[in-house]
Amino acid sequence: MSDVLVVSEHRRGELRDVSYEAITAGRELADARGGDLRVAAIGGDVDGFAEDLNREGVDAVHAVANGEEFDHNVYQSAVGALLERTDAGTVVIPNSVNGLDYAPAVAEEHDLPLVTDAIGFEYDDGLTVTREMYGSKVETTVDVDGDRFVLTVRGGEWAPAEGVGDATVESVEVDHPESGARVTGFEEVAGGDVDISEADVLVSVGRGIEEEENLELVEELADALGATLSASRPIVDNGWLPKNRQVGQSGKVVTPDVYIAIGISGAVQHVAGMKGSDTIVAINTDPNAPIFDIADYGVVGDLFDVVPELIDEFA
Amino acid sequence: MKVLVTVKEVAEPDDDFAIEGTDIAEADLEYDLNEWDDYAVEAAVQLAEAGIADEVVAVTIGPERAEETIRMALAKGADRAVRVWDDAFEEGFSDVAAKVTTFEAVVEAEEPDLVLGGVQAADTGFGATGVALAERIGFEHAAVVNDLEVDADAGVARVHRELEGGVEELTDVDLPAVLTVQTGLNEPRYASLRGIRQAQRKEIDAKDLADLGLSAADVESALAITSMYEPESESDAEIIEGDAGEAAGRLAEVLREKGVSA
Repeated sequence: MSDVLVVSEHRRGELRDVSYEAITAGRELADARGGDLRVAAIGGDVDGFAEDLNREGVDAVHAVANGEEFDHNVYQSAVGALLERTDAGTVVIPNSVNGLDYAPAVAEEHDLPLVTDAIGFEYDDGLTVTREMYGSKVETTVDVDGDRFVLTVRGGEWAPAEGVGDATVESVEVDHPESGARVTGFEEVAGGDVDISEADVLVSVGRGIEEEENLELVEELADALGATLSASRPIVDNGWLPKNRQVGQSGKVVTPDVYIAIGISGAVQHVAGMKGSDTIVAINTDPNAPIFDIADYGVVGDLFDVVPELIDEFA
Repeated sequence: MKVLVTVKEVAEPDDDFAIEGTDIAEADLEYDLNEWDDYAVEAAVQLAEAGIADEVVAVTIGPERAEETIRMALAKGADRAVRVWDDAFEEGFSDVAAKVTTFEAVVEAEEPDLVLGGVQAADTGFGATGVALAERIGFEHAAVVNDLEVDADAGVARVHRELEGGVEELTDVDLPAVLTVQTGLNEPRYASLRGIRQAQRKEIDAKDLADLGLSAADVESALAITSMYEPESESDAEIIEGDAGEAAGRLAEVLREKGVSA
């Protein structure tokens, strides 16, 4: 039961990066447990995926040839079959939208403790997971009772596994119940007239703007700077700006020369979409806001005081 | 059709807070209805207004203090509420299975056709209870739903699941089902004065574990929080000091250096 099973993730024919990061996390865990690292590729071009997933440190790849795209019933059944047939006692799953669509069901079905959204862990006598709470304001360590568990790992926290391994590859099909949740298609929702990922300078606005009418202020700043206006999730959720303006995990990933975050606290989902910007400027009232951790320049202050002054500077 | 909405009262730390032991000091926490659950309540109430749901029941695991929060769900249109609490929950950090065991007992009593809840709780951020509950009670499920249409006659919920990178997955989910609701699904209403008055007369059924046929051993947690700390700031930001005018002046200098100009 000391082996570790990592479940990879793919969408529309491509393995997602977090798969390779989960392999790194899984290898650490397998070393600590003295077991092998097994990686599952489930659905789609599993033979091609198996080749890509055979990175350094991977002992076995299970190519589960059921279906094309993600189906939570297939994933749950495949993990169940591999837990039964192999020495894997512990499962590592990407903490993604699809990961969270089956990892809790796997833990529940097999009566295993579940810890989600891990950003680190240690394994001595048992597992201690590091994860955030209270919207990234604090970190906690969580002890897990028992030596088997399901762990979901946050993207971007482990380096992607590299190199070529000498894993054995096993092709397999699994039985699964007929799915009561049927995928009928996909929709791109971030299209439209403006492509914020093309902009050199982004003025990005968040919850701190408080009211829809106040958007005029940041629009004026964007005009003054010759910048494009983007936003964090709450602004789009409120319907104040269209979805194609949203920066973050569920919106666009942007890498402008200059990113000016105004009234944005810097939740992890937002940061995932803009941390590659060359220069990051943040204006926020809360000195502990996580946005300052990745900013190059910060102003701790009220945007309603600072932004009008900044507009004047460029008027 | 009966809709059960799981809601949670979440704690939000003030800008300045202290950590005492393995949690934030009580005095530095504000309590509110979990943002994601607010969208779930709205979705349920809209189903009632459309004549699809006959009854909307809100359920929470929380101490007496949480009645204020669950009453907000009633003021927004839920018909009645169930609040479960027990000394056993005071013992430590409840894991997903403990919550699922509790909700399972409520589901058995209420027999809903649809269970709605937020994708995650703002404080603990596990994002797992809904899907684990579906597995336990034998319902279908979909996680991270940002568009919902219920076809009661066909027994199907047609949903969009919000994947990463601006892509949505269109999925038909057979009822009965558990759906976890993403922010942005709808526009949660503010409770009207009339709603708030009516909520005072609506029933909040307080239950402990024994009332649900459970014992403390059934909700024993496999997880324990062993430490909490403020993450070391990795910031190497230049924090610009001074009043708004001075800060804007320095910021303008920086931006011009970086080539920004209209």
